[in-house]
Amino acid sequence: MSVDARSHSREQAIDRLLLRTEIEDFLYHEAELLDERRYSDWIDLVAEDVHYHMPIRRNVKFGEWDREYSRAGVESSWFDEDKRTLVGRVRQLETGVHWCEEPASRTRHIVSNVQLVRADGDEVEVRCRFVIYKNRSQDLENLFIGKREDVLRRDDETGWKITRRRIVLDQNVLLAKDMNILF
Amino acid sequence: MTRSGSDRSLASLVDLEQGLVSRELYVNPDIYQQELEQIYARAWLFVGHESMVPNPGDFFLSRMGEESVILVRDERGKLHALLNTCRHRGNKVCRYDDGNTRVFTCSFHGWSYDTDGRLVGVPHYEAAFEGALDKEQFGLHEVAQLANLNGSIWATWDSKAPSFEDYLGAFEPTIRHCFDASDGTENGVELVLPMQKFRLPTNWKFAAFSFDGDALHGSTTHRSLSVFREAGVAVMADEQGTAAAETRAAEQEGRRIVQRGGPYATTLELSSRQLGHGSHRNLYEKPIDEIPYVPTWEKYEPPEVEEYYRRAWERRGKKFAGHYLHAFGGAHVFPNINVQDNRHLIWHPHGVGMTESWRIFPVDKSAPQVVREATLRYAIRSCGASGVTESDDMENWNYAMEASSGTVARRLSYPFKSGLGGAYDDERVPGMTVNQLSAEENQRSRLRRWVQFMEAKSWDDLYPVKKG
Repeated sequence: MSVDARSHSREQAIDRLLLRTEIEDFLYHEAELLDERRYSDWIDLVAEDVHYHMPIRRNVKFGEWDREYSRAGVESSWFDEDKRTLVGRVRQLETGVHWCEEPASRTRHIVSNVQLVRADGDEVEVRCRFVIYKNRSQDLENLFIGKREDVLRRDDETGWKITRRRIVLDQNVLLAKDMNILF
Repeated sequence: MTRSGSDRSLASLVDLEQGLVSRELYVNPDIYQQELEQIYARAWLFVGHESMVPNPGDFFLSRMGEESVILVRDERGKLHALLNTCRHRGNKVCRYDDGNTRVFTCSFHGWSYDTDGRLVGVPHYEAAFEGALDKEQFGLHEVAQLANLNGSIWATWDSKAPSFEDYLGAFEPTIRHCFDASDGTENGVELVLPMQKFRLPTNWKFAAFSFDGDALHGSTTHRSLSVFREAGVAVMADEQGTAAAETRAAEQEGRRIVQRGGPYATTLELSSRQLGHGSHRNLYEKPIDEIPYVPTWEKYEPPEVEEYYRRAWERRGKKFAGHYLHAFGGAHVFPNINVQDNRHLIWHPHGVGMTESWRIFPVDKSAPQVVREATLRYAIRSCGASGVTESDDMENWNYAMEASSGTVARRLSYPFKSGLGGAYDDERVPGMTVNQLSAEENQRSRLRRWVQFMEAKSWDDLYPVKKG
């Protein structure tokens, strides 16, 4: 399905709207699971072949934008994860002795500006903005703001799965002592 | 620790015979200010690596203490470390993390500097400054000494500091070989940019003085790592969580902390008590070429990765045949740099209660893409603010600072008593003392060196004195 609005008939436009609503529901559901600390339910939404990546952002000269984001596998990153490591992270969060999350953070994942970039058969590429508020212990506060680029795949039996997640965080020096929440 | 009313010296805060250190060292803002002057303006500090600036005009924005420093390769290929402050009104002349340039131009009044630091451009020079301003006098402020150790670049602001080789002493080979490729090829690694940088609200010494000096934290701090074994994920430092689990078992049974050196090796705490450097490294029972490769990657990564590292191990064994390579693999360099063969950790002071922490990952220059990817992934997953291992260190160092800072809390002292009096000389590692892995000898060594730096009026009063 093309997402170019100009070529849409009314019927196509309605299909697109329904798809976007469905995707938004999925993203909101995910946010709910994470904020309610239902990590094991969340990891079920992650495909076996997922690539979960958060690049580091450089301060670069105007116009050198291709150098701004670190490239996965070639340069360093904040996260460069597959399903096994994400499963590990979820289990670690559930040990109760992962000290940077004990006592656990209070988080709010706010997801907005949801845009369908591409929809091919069972696969959808979706872009959104996120604001994640983290408050922990007594006065520890972090704000993680950025953009997410996801590829979701429809599984007829189990629903949508995250097959790719690129998380662009709007920071250079990370202004947090740790970042072990899930995005 | 109690201080007598008359003795207000810094040495009175550190009693290494009893292994007692005042908390003031970590929380007092006046002491922190003195550290910047006495330690960071005089010690040799890590500023980068050749591979970060391979071509003329390449620069990398580094840091010494609290201050921004440009590591740059000039048009003739020579490296410089320049303080990032315009000589006119002090503005930053470089505001990018890395890149390539012909000049550094200040955005305030437009003064511009060549890549060797010379002031080459002053707008309105003839109309405003001719005859009064000698451009030769106002180049970017350059470090007093720059050293290149096997591709790694180090600098000091003090012309009286001894050579970097002498500064490292017995740990020179340990550090030098960290910049070999895994097959032993000299200057064989690339340090991957951009690096991870993050702000940790704690005094720099909580991190810098305990890393490679505090084996006892692992079984508690990193307890949660055991889940990675079940998930089939390798984790740096506590491979698959095994070390943490075994250490806990050893603790419960009253045994000594387990060694983690692999076959034919005993991991011990190795210290340079005079110089403050130290590591947790191996003494070997056999020369390196007689020690078999330990499979590391096969369960987690494509077979090419294991094959690459196996061949590299064998080639390295041949290159160093007959040698024991004691203490190889990395060490902490006083004051704030930890160089390892798989990651470098720097803790920059950023205020008495704030540390800017850097993680830089080396990969073999000649590594094929599949090996580069695996090596980086492995490091990223474990290290720094987003790493499953180190994030728990950050938590503890953070709250150790907060909970030590109160009016009453800071009157107390920290005990550094593990392995007290247990250090001994071992002819296998001349110039180092040896203690059991769980000793806090390296922390005591750094604190001893700390006192020397803080009290010395100049490098004339500090070991080793510059030759010639």
